Amino acid sequence: MSLDLGGPAQPLLTVQGLVKHFPVKGSGLMRRRVVRAVDGIDFKVKKGETLGVVGESGCGKSTTARLIMKLLDPDSGTVLFDGQKLGHELELSAYRRQVQMVFQDSYASLNPRLTIEESIAFAPRIHGVTARAATERAHALLNRVGLDPGRFAGRYPHELSGGQRQRVNIARALALEPRLVILDEAVSALDKSVEAQVLNLLLDLKDEFGLTYIFISHDLNVVRFLCDRVMVMYLGKAAEIGDTEAIYERPGHPYSKALLASMPKANPAERMDEPPLAGDPPNPIDPPSGCRFHPRCALAEPVCSQSEPPLLQLGGDHEAACLANMSGSGHSLAPSRAP
Amino acid sequence: MQTPPAIIDIRNLAVTFRGGSRKVRAVNGVDLTVDRGEVLALLGESGSGKSVTLRSLLRLHPKGTLIEGEIKVAGQDVMRLGRRALADLRGGTVSMIFQEPRLALDPVYRVGDQIVETIRRHMPVSRSEARARALRLFEDVRIPSPESRLGNYPHEMSGGMLQRSMIAMALACDPAILLADEPTTALDATVQIQILLLLRELQTRRGLAVVFVTHDIGVAAQVADKVAVMYAGRIVESGHIADVIHNPRHPYTQGLLDARVELAQGSSRLRTIEGAPPDLSALPPGCAFAPRCGRVAETCRTVVPELHSGSTSVACFEPLRG
Repeated sequence: MSLDLGGPAQPLLTVQGLVKHFPVKGSGLMRRRVVRAVDGIDFKVKKGETLGVVGESGCGKSTTARLIMKLLDPDSGTVLFDGQKLGHELELSAYRRQVQMVFQDSYASLNPRLTIEESIAFAPRIHGVTARAATERAHALLNRVGLDPGRFAGRYPHELSGGQRQRVNIARALALEPRLVILDEAVSALDKSVEAQVLNLLLDLKDEFGLTYIFISHDLNVVRFLCDRVMVMYLGKAAEIGDTEAIYERPGHPYSKALLASMPKANPAERMDEPPLAGDPPNPIDPPSGCRFHPRCALAEPVCSQSEPPLLQLGGDHEAACLANMSGSGHSLAPSRAP
Repeated sequence: MQTPPAIIDIRNLAVTFRGGSRKVRAVNGVDLTVDRGEVLALLGESGSGKSVTLRSLLRLHPKGTLIEGEIKVAGQDVMRLGRRALADLRGGTVSMIFQEPRLALDPVYRVGDQIVETIRRHMPVSRSEARARALRLFEDVRIPSPESRLGNYPHEMSGGMLQRSMIAMALACDPAILLADEPTTALDATVQIQILLLLRELQTRRGLAVVFVTHDIGVAAQVADKVAVMYAGRIVESGHIADVIHNPRHPYTQGLLDARVELAQGSSRLRTIEGAPPDLSALPPGCAFAPRCGRVAETCRTVVPELHSGSTSVACFEPLRG
């Protein structure tokens, strides 16, 4: 385990003004268009917490994960890890030891030609651990994630079920004793009964190894169960961020509210009559002007298409970006200025 | 008074895949009826046999698959239909929508042309009549600017729009039965609920019988009148959706309902069903759920329980009180 530098109050991860645009091919007048995958987001991840990141396809949640992992380079913005700036005070290789990721596709994440023991021992070997010690570590981790090394160590990925493979991916992510683990839809492809087992395992491992998680998911029920805080993203921006219970009980952004209301309830007596939101999530190539959510928003007024709302504090560290909450914004629902 | 016959009637269906060296028993003795205008959800995890059961209704299995049992659909004996009659059934009387519209639609033809082609395959109408019909269908599934959208290629549409187009195509020839194989699983939450509500509305308006395959209890609760829970190729419990959700009688159904994360808010760990579903090429001799079951008795390990009817039907020697 790497050293805790800044103490418990220092955020483990501080993301400032992160931007990533991808150019798309076009022709004629359409030249030089870009996908604004991540378009200026700021957030912190506290030590030992689980931050949930939710939003629909194209909202930039996976791009954010890849930017944090340094699998992509941002156009602008900085990432501080335990107060240290990446690439300056903190070498990339040292950073990558401390931050690991688990992906949705358990099969594509593993090298099909390596036994699972070799896959788990691979990164420690690269980082200078002896072959014998790396294999021992792999066996201990397999044991810890609930796979008997005697039975599983020599198997290949195709010989395992999806749930077993995801356990292997989790073991591999832990092989370098990271401090931050990014789980990008890590349980989404699993069957419900298996998903519950893996979620419990993730909670156990977090306690045992003192981990911090970023949990990216489209399943709002899972996020509520697992996460301390949540960031809701919409078209490359943070629409809302705050304590899980605050957001689920009192969503401050109309998008969060609609997203939460869209989850089907497992009770035939609580059937919906009207969908909470009409239309599809818009294309991040040409995000709407002003507030990006305004074309789908029930509260939209002319001002919403003109000015872009900043994240605004609603109490505690609960923030939402909506002009209807912002005094003096010109929105008819906005609270009047404090006397 | 005689009750009208069910529009779907499956007796003792068994499906065995024989690709490769092993025989895989994907469906293992399924009895199922669906009435006209009724929505049945087939609920289960991967490998439970729910999609295979659905596809059997149109005999959509790879060559070499062994299908046994009786399948009656809208009065026709599907097992005995010849090639031509089967092609008439598919898309005519019974149509199907899939999880991935991008794979179900042809990428090199305009969506409108694909619908027109479907209509003209099954109905004696002119090209312009078929075109007008396609336009009405696009309006029915609430595609904005339907006229111009008919000219789109699949890649020009969003996921929600494509799913609407596929529904339009499925309804093109006024089928009596719609088969839906996880049609909203790949969609975003806000779009999923739109499609579920659209399907329910079209189902009611057209009096369709629907078989809806899903792994999501919430989705089943939103659309279904009845539900059949599948495990390892068999139906373990079936009944009205509210009865099954509120008073599950099979330990597996109960386990699935208990494992829902919604119920665990505030507690530190989820309740789980230990273990994993069995290997379909080496099923245990008795109840397939016995190795994972907390209520297991001696008989369960040797004898396969039959589906017994009551307020809900359950295949279990030690059922919970309903």
